[in-house]
Amino acid sequence: MTTVLPLLLAAGITMPLVQGCKPTNTKTAVTGDAASKVFVPPGQYDEFYNFVSGGFSGQMSVYGLPSGRMFRNIPVFAVDPESGYGYSEETKPMLMTTHGFMPWDDSHHVESSMTDGVPDGRWMFINGNNTPRIALIDLTTFRTKTIIEIPNSAGNHSSPFITPNSEYVVAGTRFSIPMGTDAQRDVPINTYKENFKGTVSFIHPDPATGKMNIAFQITAPGIDFDLSHAGKGPSDGWFFFSTYNTEQAYKLLEVNASQNDKDFIMAVNWKKAEQYAKEGKGKMVPGRHYMNHYDEGTHTATSEVIEQVMQLDHKELKDLLYFMPCPKSPHGCDVDPTGQYIVGSGKLAALIPVFSFDKMIKAIENKDYEGEFDGIPVLKYESVLHGEVKKPGLGPLHTEFDNNGNAYSSMFVSSEIVKWNVQSLEVLDRVPTYYSIGHLCVPGGDSRQPWGKYVIAYNKITKDRYLPTGPELCQSAQLFSIDGPKMELLADYPSIGEPHYAQAVPASLIKDKSVKFFKIEENNHPYVTKSEKDARVVREGNKVHVYMTCIRSHFAPDNIEGIKMGDEVYFHVTNLEQDWDVPHGFAVKGAATAELLIMPGETQTLKWVPTSVGVKPFYCTDFCSALHQEMQGYARVSPANSNVPLSANTKAADAGL
Amino acid sequence: MGLICVSPTLAAVPNFEPENKEKQMLTKKATVYRNMAAGIGLASMMALVAACGGSGSAPAEKPATANEAAKTEAATPLPGMITADQIVPPLEEGKIDQAMVSKGKEIYEVKCLSCHSLGTNRVVGPGWEGIMKQRTPEWIMNMILHTDAMLETDPEAQAMLEECLVRMPNQNLTNEEARDVLEFMRTL
Repeated sequence: MTTVLPLLLAAGITMPLVQGCKPTNTKTAVTGDAASKVFVPPGQYDEFYNFVSGGFSGQMSVYGLPSGRMFRNIPVFAVDPESGYGYSEETKPMLMTTHGFMPWDDSHHVESSMTDGVPDGRWMFINGNNTPRIALIDLTTFRTKTIIEIPNSAGNHSSPFITPNSEYVVAGTRFSIPMGTDAQRDVPINTYKENFKGTVSFIHPDPATGKMNIAFQITAPGIDFDLSHAGKGPSDGWFFFSTYNTEQAYKLLEVNASQNDKDFIMAVNWKKAEQYAKEGKGKMVPGRHYMNHYDEGTHTATSEVIEQVMQLDHKELKDLLYFMPCPKSPHGCDVDPTGQYIVGSGKLAALIPVFSFDKMIKAIENKDYEGEFDGIPVLKYESVLHGEVKKPGLGPLHTEFDNNGNAYSSMFVSSEIVKWNVQSLEVLDRVPTYYSIGHLCVPGGDSRQPWGKYVIAYNKITKDRYLPTGPELCQSAQLFSIDGPKMELLADYPSIGEPHYAQAVPASLIKDKSVKFFKIEENNHPYVTKSEKDARVVREGNKVHVYMTCIRSHFAPDNIEGIKMGDEVYFHVTNLEQDWDVPHGFAVKGAATAELLIMPGETQTLKWVPTSVGVKPFYCTDFCSALHQEMQGYARVSPANSNVPLSANTKAADAGL
Repeated sequence: MGLICVSPTLAAVPNFEPENKEKQMLTKKATVYRNMAAGIGLASMMALVAACGGSGSAPAEKPATANEAAKTEAATPLPGMITADQIVPPLEEGKIDQAMVSKGKEIYEVKCLSCHSLGTNRVVGPGWEGIMKQRTPEWIMNMILHTDAMLETDPEAQAMLEECLVRMPNQNLTNEEARDVLEFMRTL
């Protein structure tokens, strides 16, 4: 919203509103059988999973399509008191960065792991914009498995798009910045042109473990990098990034970065870069960053700190980067399913240029350049152009594709989705959205084989779509069918944060792989209690470790004495249940964290530093059985100089003997 | 008397199939409320306490009902349920496999001990001392392996639920593990 909203005004003044900004009457937009197309009877499953960025909530939410029902809000970059993510001792390392513990981020784009250019249902990736990071979410557990921080980046926006076999996930910096030593970084802002530069990072997710590492970074000129997509099929081996601010402005970008007729799509030959990296042509440069990984065996996350990254210098390695001129501050950078066409959506342009990969290769071979920018060849616009979609609407932002050679572009300013044919560039249909669409998503719509069927609009403005809830409204998604000749509005559903990009994949790719519980035998947590007979309390200096079990419906131990003021108490709670959907919760009075929500077979730890003397209650927070309300206990806290011995009642089985 | 109270509520439950989606609801939230309703419906909690906690009278009454349960099962075995002749390896009269017993005891300590004592007292569920005199081996195997189905269909399992009010969790043992636990029970 931040980048595009001012355009609403600018466009209103400078362009005739062909389509008109005001959508037609909502009620006329819905046809008679829409309800039957989105109705999923109670107890039945949706056809697609829809993974939606949580925007400035820093999370990722999961919906079913076509019902629009929300199943899950997966904590990623922000703490989540509901699950204890970011509060439990095991998950705190997930949010560690070089800036310290980072409890929030602004997440924008969701991307699927792919095999042969098609989503494989294994992982989802999502970017953190503000503190540049990429997260990998495991779709067997719907949990964040790995978070890697991106050094030498500022505003990780053109991320986390992926190569066809998940070789690399990319992260391009939105802001160019001065890099290097402290002295090199401490420079006047008005030396932008000399001192500021960009990077694009190629991050490798390990197929066996899901850990990530930065394979290499490519330096780039000091401009802004916006969005990206990988080539596929014939263009596999290339990556395309949209850029803006080729004016290299550093203030009032709204005006100063909108001067040039054309900015660039940057084509990156990543196969070549990979080869150079292997040949040792990169330089190790300062690049301190964190890699945080959650291990399902120990149920614990650990952080690794890496000091350096390998950089490939675009000024030395001349054949890595090429620029294709693209009108007016392009935003979306989308590659069609054939891999032949690259769509650059100039958000201030009155047309959509479509570039041809074959023509680009030919232009590179023929050195068909119109000049250079910071040492990078600028290819001639006419030489690389497949054609332009004329008068598509106002403010084109993003494009997704179906499996029939059609493209669907979101038009922010004229608030509509426009369907056009990739080959003929002819506009086929248009449908209003309510209101001001940003991203859009077709199931598999950025892959080699889209499933089609629906397009979802993620709107930037909600206004009157739902019952009012004060000045702050829910965000709004809209589902359209695309299997007929005309797009048809089927349903609205609210979403979280400000959703940006999303992925939708068939439920069948994921649902049968879902983990139902963690096997207690395989629990390698250092503080696991595998049998109630082993439940105990151990003092180590001022640290008190409570080895606690829970099962419907009691904790062991449930009476603890001998805790003193000044102690740090660690409740290591193991859920001994071995069935699906039987988590137990744990909360203790006065704990300045959140609850724990412990899945069956899992161990999680709550740290509690008592603040007053007395007997403090703890209890199960997640309704577990008819005797849930009895699932409670007491911890006695005595003064620091007290002689109360440490004790706990354990072995419930012996209780009545 | 307890059964009279419980049956009408259970009658509303759809037929149980192991892969039925309803299972998830049943295992947790929905059932909880049903159980509570059943509990409230009972005329006297005092009677329950005696039935659950008393170690004196229960064993004397149980063999008869266990036999009844066995008869019912034999008449209409539910799909997927284990019958007496499907227990592998079969129980050998007067012979105990000590290796299985020690495996069974290990499993007990992780997955069962929280709720079942090795005496006759009830903790959450009943104590296991003398259990082989009260239940048929196949009833025990089914209770371990098909917990939810038993709680939905088996009158004896339902009677236990009525007493204990906490659904026995399905601890997802394999057939072999359940058999090891059964062997362990034979020593009690």
